[in-house]
Amino acid sequence: MFQPLSVSELTQQIKSALAGPEFQSVAVEGEVSNFVHHRSGHMYFSLKDSKSRIKAVMFRSRNQRLQFVPANGDTLIAVGSIGVYEPNGEYQLYVDLLFPQGIGELHLAFERLKEKLEGEGLFDAARKRPLPFLPGRVGVITSPSGAALRDILHVLTRRFPGVQVLIIPALVQGDEAPASLIAALTMAQKTDVDVIIMGRGGGSFEELAAFNDEGLVRAVAASAIPVVSACGHETDFTLTDFAADLRAPTPSAAAELVVPLQQELLENISSLQKRMADSLRRKIQTDRRYLDKLSQSPILQRPDSYLNQLRQRVDELWTGLGRFQRHQVVLRRGKLHAAAGKLEALSPLKTLGRGYAICQNERGEILRAAEQAQEGDTVHITLHKGSLSCTVEGRET
Amino acid sequence: MTELKFEEALARLEEIVRSLEQGESGLDEALVLFEEGVKLARFCNNKLDQAEAKIEIMLNEGQIETFEVKDA
Repeated sequence: MFQPLSVSELTQQIKSALAGPEFQSVAVEGEVSNFVHHRSGHMYFSLKDSKSRIKAVMFRSRNQRLQFVPANGDTLIAVGSIGVYEPNGEYQLYVDLLFPQGIGELHLAFERLKEKLEGEGLFDAARKRPLPFLPGRVGVITSPSGAALRDILHVLTRRFPGVQVLIIPALVQGDEAPASLIAALTMAQKTDVDVIIMGRGGGSFEELAAFNDEGLVRAVAASAIPVVSACGHETDFTLTDFAADLRAPTPSAAAELVVPLQQELLENISSLQKRMADSLRRKIQTDRRYLDKLSQSPILQRPDSYLNQLRQRVDELWTGLGRFQRHQVVLRRGKLHAAAGKLEALSPLKTLGRGYAICQNERGEILRAAEQAQEGDTVHITLHKGSLSCTVEGRET
Repeated sequence: MTELKFEEALARLEEIVRSLEQGESGLDEALVLFEEGVKLARFCNNKLDQAEAKIEIMLNEGQIETFEVKDA
């Protein structure tokens, strides 16, 4: 039964057919034509040779890091994947990386691996750890016979004469170098070094290949101890450089970065000590001056005279107080005399002395009228001297 | 006190010097700071006073021996 496909269905099938692995990572060499760098930032062009042409697009996110601007007529190598642009029914090359012609296979592999590891975040700045300010022991992973080691040791000992170094030898070139470097890095994790310099002297791209080994790059990224990579000279970048916590342009530079200048630190501390002592001395001087000023005051200067003044004042007060007291006594004594005189004048005893008598009944009541007693009552009469008991025999009222 | 780091000791020493130089603390406090500062400076100097470099190399079997530096 003849069953036609819709255009979309057919396009989908073509798209699926092109999604296979053989088209997902291709490197193709061709001449650039119809190059357009669109306002959006994307680059559109074709790659062609004498017989064929393929459309290509390199999106802005990919082309931002291009080191050169492609131009029509350039022969370039493009790395990317084949995809189908459905609205036009066109297949095209989605370019991830673009290189000038003549780039070797190693370079290509390098760029691809770099792209991949970068995508995994292995080179992220956030992963980088700070180096210790003053490492207790520096680990050096390199060839024990290389010039790099000599340079590193020279700079380390010059900057920090008391530096502690542990060299962990490794092959830095050849097929066995990556495994050897990884083994040394693993070994270093078990030691007490708190920073690692890993590197070698400069060389050709091929000579530095070990430092572009995926396994080594991952080992560097995973190291618990901060790693400073030091490969070659200024211009040689390896993938290890990107994964390391710090990249030094040369082995000597790595050594510079790893230890501080001992002399400078000693001078700094000695200057701090001096400043500390100076400011304390100043503080004490200021306080002493203040104390001196206080001790100039009259009271502290001649405490005796002050005390004498006080004593004199007390004496004066004392004298004044005595005078007052004596005056008071005289005054009170006079009052007492007067009161005693009055009291005497009122005393019944004096009256009795003049011949009067006091008559009391048996209950002790003083009798002032004859009515207060009956005939036969006993009354008691007090005289000036002595007393009488009498019986009432008669009365006149 | 747990193992003090050199840079922490140095930072604290700098802080003490600044504080003393500003002269805001009383004499008692200044003396306490001074004493701490002296200890810190001694600690830092001790850390720096390793006079001799020690350069060793790890051999295949994990043994460590002194590395002879040959001048080129």
